[in-house]
Amino acid sequence: MTTRLVIEKRTEDVPAWLPFATAAGSVLLAFIVGGVILALIGGDPFRTLGFFFQATFGSWPVISDTIVKATPLIMVGLGCAIAFKMKLWNIGAEGQFYMGAFFASIVVLIPIVDPETTPKWIVITLMAVMGMLGGALWGFIPGALKARFKVNEIITTLMLNYVAIFWNNFWIFDRWSDAGFQMTPQFPRSAWLPRFADYAREISAFSGITLHLGVVFGLLAAVVIWWILARSRWGYEIKLIGDNPRAAEYAGLNIAKNVILVMMLSGALAGLAGMSEVSGVVHRLQERISPGYGFTGIIVAWLAKLNPFAVVLVSVLFGALIVAGREIQPSGLSNLLQGIILFFIISSDVLLRYRIRIERSATVEAGA
Amino acid sequence: MNIELILHAGLATGTVLLFAAIGEIFAERSGVLNLGVEGMMLVGAMAGFGTSLALGNPWAGLLVAMVSAGILSLAHALVTIHFQADQVVSGLSLTFLGTGLALVLGEGLTGQNPPLIPEADIPLLAAIPFVGPVFFQDHSVLVYIGYLFTPLCWLYIHRTRPGMHLRAVGEQPAAADTLGISVYGVRYFYTFVGGMLAGLAGATISLSVSPGWYSAQTTSGQGWIAVGLVIFAQWNPLQAALGGYLFGAVRRGILDLQGPARILGLTNPFFVNSNLGFFLQMTPFLLTILALVWGSRAATRKRLGAPAALGIPYVRGERGL
Repeated sequence: MTTRLVIEKRTEDVPAWLPFATAAGSVLLAFIVGGVILALIGGDPFRTLGFFFQATFGSWPVISDTIVKATPLIMVGLGCAIAFKMKLWNIGAEGQFYMGAFFASIVVLIPIVDPETTPKWIVITLMAVMGMLGGALWGFIPGALKARFKVNEIITTLMLNYVAIFWNNFWIFDRWSDAGFQMTPQFPRSAWLPRFADYAREISAFSGITLHLGVVFGLLAAVVIWWILARSRWGYEIKLIGDNPRAAEYAGLNIAKNVILVMMLSGALAGLAGMSEVSGVVHRLQERISPGYGFTGIIVAWLAKLNPFAVVLVSVLFGALIVAGREIQPSGLSNLLQGIILFFIISSDVLLRYRIRIERSATVEAGA
Repeated sequence: MNIELILHAGLATGTVLLFAAIGEIFAERSGVLNLGVEGMMLVGAMAGFGTSLALGNPWAGLLVAMVSAGILSLAHALVTIHFQADQVVSGLSLTFLGTGLALVLGEGLTGQNPPLIPEADIPLLAAIPFVGPVFFQDHSVLVYIGYLFTPLCWLYIHRTRPGMHLRAVGEQPAAADTLGISVYGVRYFYTFVGGMLAGLAGATISLSVSPGWYSAQTTSGQGWIAVGLVIFAQWNPLQAALGGYLFGAVRRGILDLQGPARILGLTNPFFVNSNLGFFLQMTPFLLTILALVWGSRAATRKRLGAPAALGIPYVRGERGL
């Protein structure tokens, strides 16, 4: 009687629960490995873990903090998800985020409308539209270069991240600098997204709750992206091009046009995240408005298996990682955890394609 | 603005890009796209710097940098070769992982002063006017290693038997397999080589070209520029070295442009308003995009380009390449 491990290709459909199980397992494993590394360099993983939950889900104000950090991730993650559906590697969400923040700031800093007299809803709507335009512009460039010259979008989107940050710095340090500080003056109140804390005088439980309207933008965007992907003709085209570009070409789909459009939509979502961050959290344009949301969004999208609603859930987990990362030492730890999670996720995908079976056979080995 | 100084510095910083880009050329020639260069370089920079500090020997630092970045690259190799995961996503996670590891383990290295890779002059050659001071004087030993390394790599890839196997695996893995070449073995090996060279590139920064550990700022995107350079260089080590030196010179030229009050008799706007320097800092990144457009057009025109099997996992008996 011998026992052996058989690895074989799945011929049947993957059970519906398995992708979720592998995703959850990957996160769990990543925490364990992260803990081992922490212990090796002399930290106390259990105390850190306890601290992690305390600092991220321990009370209403910190839960609100976690969701505030999740808000830009939802939008950026959705942007990555729709681009990745078409196997379009937009790694430039960070730059698109900054351009969105910049274009939204134009509305009140140039200014386009007089923020003192214009109603809040007009200012906010204008900022959101401008933010999406800014991000879309930053997505259009690599999209057009890919469509026209077949230029690899991974490198161009990445290079444009740096360009966007230097561009923003010029305005922050120079033209819009507030009395020589490296930030713009604070936006007028009409350019602030409404927050729970704004109503603390009426409802005292809201005091200190910084959750702002941006999260609604994120949830709406999730529904829209879900509808596009699952229900619309365009979504079908996007998925077809992603899965089988040759078949898509034979079917007469305009791939170049779709490359540009999807890059622009992806950029617009990241740009909206940038707008939501300056208007809902920072209330001014300054350096480092993003602790790498654009890059974390990539992991979020992948961990969510490009499912728009899963993006929302995963964003909350990563929002927690960012909140905790600000306080947990050493500071690179949350970065490290993100990398490990992503690695486990892509490794675990092998379980979706192959089946591992334990086979017992009673055959007698020759000569035994 | 001294052209001699700019070229001299260009060769030094270009050496970093040269090592990283040639490493990536090896990996990509075997069919493995590894976008984790930036992360592997950071690990190399941190490990090399830390080792030199601990052991007092910069050469040991180089060795540890290469081995540790090489080991890191094996994670990418395992996931993409055996598990057939998407190479783009795996490469990205390698960058996250490498950056995180380097920051966590590099805690406390900032401000330290380990022994560095020595500088040297080449006798006789250094005496040639202009060429001597630019190419053969006051350079890190690593720069001279780069001069020799580049043509050797070209010869290896194009004129030797193992080099031919490497190209076969990247272009026609199924055909290579029928000839008894181990596709997986070759891919693992050159992914590891790519990782080692990225580690060397990182340590070249931290132990030689711009010494020190400044966490993620140490590499500041040079790993990504190196990946772009590979396409610009059409997977050719000689062109990669040339491109690397050119980029190095541009980076230095940008710094120098902000120094003098007047250039060619005109007021220097970058001196008057130092904030305009942000536009100068954009140029290497914009230049990379231009280089890519140029490289992609040349590739389409000449019908050359990426190794045919780049990014595609090989499974024996499956349809594909």
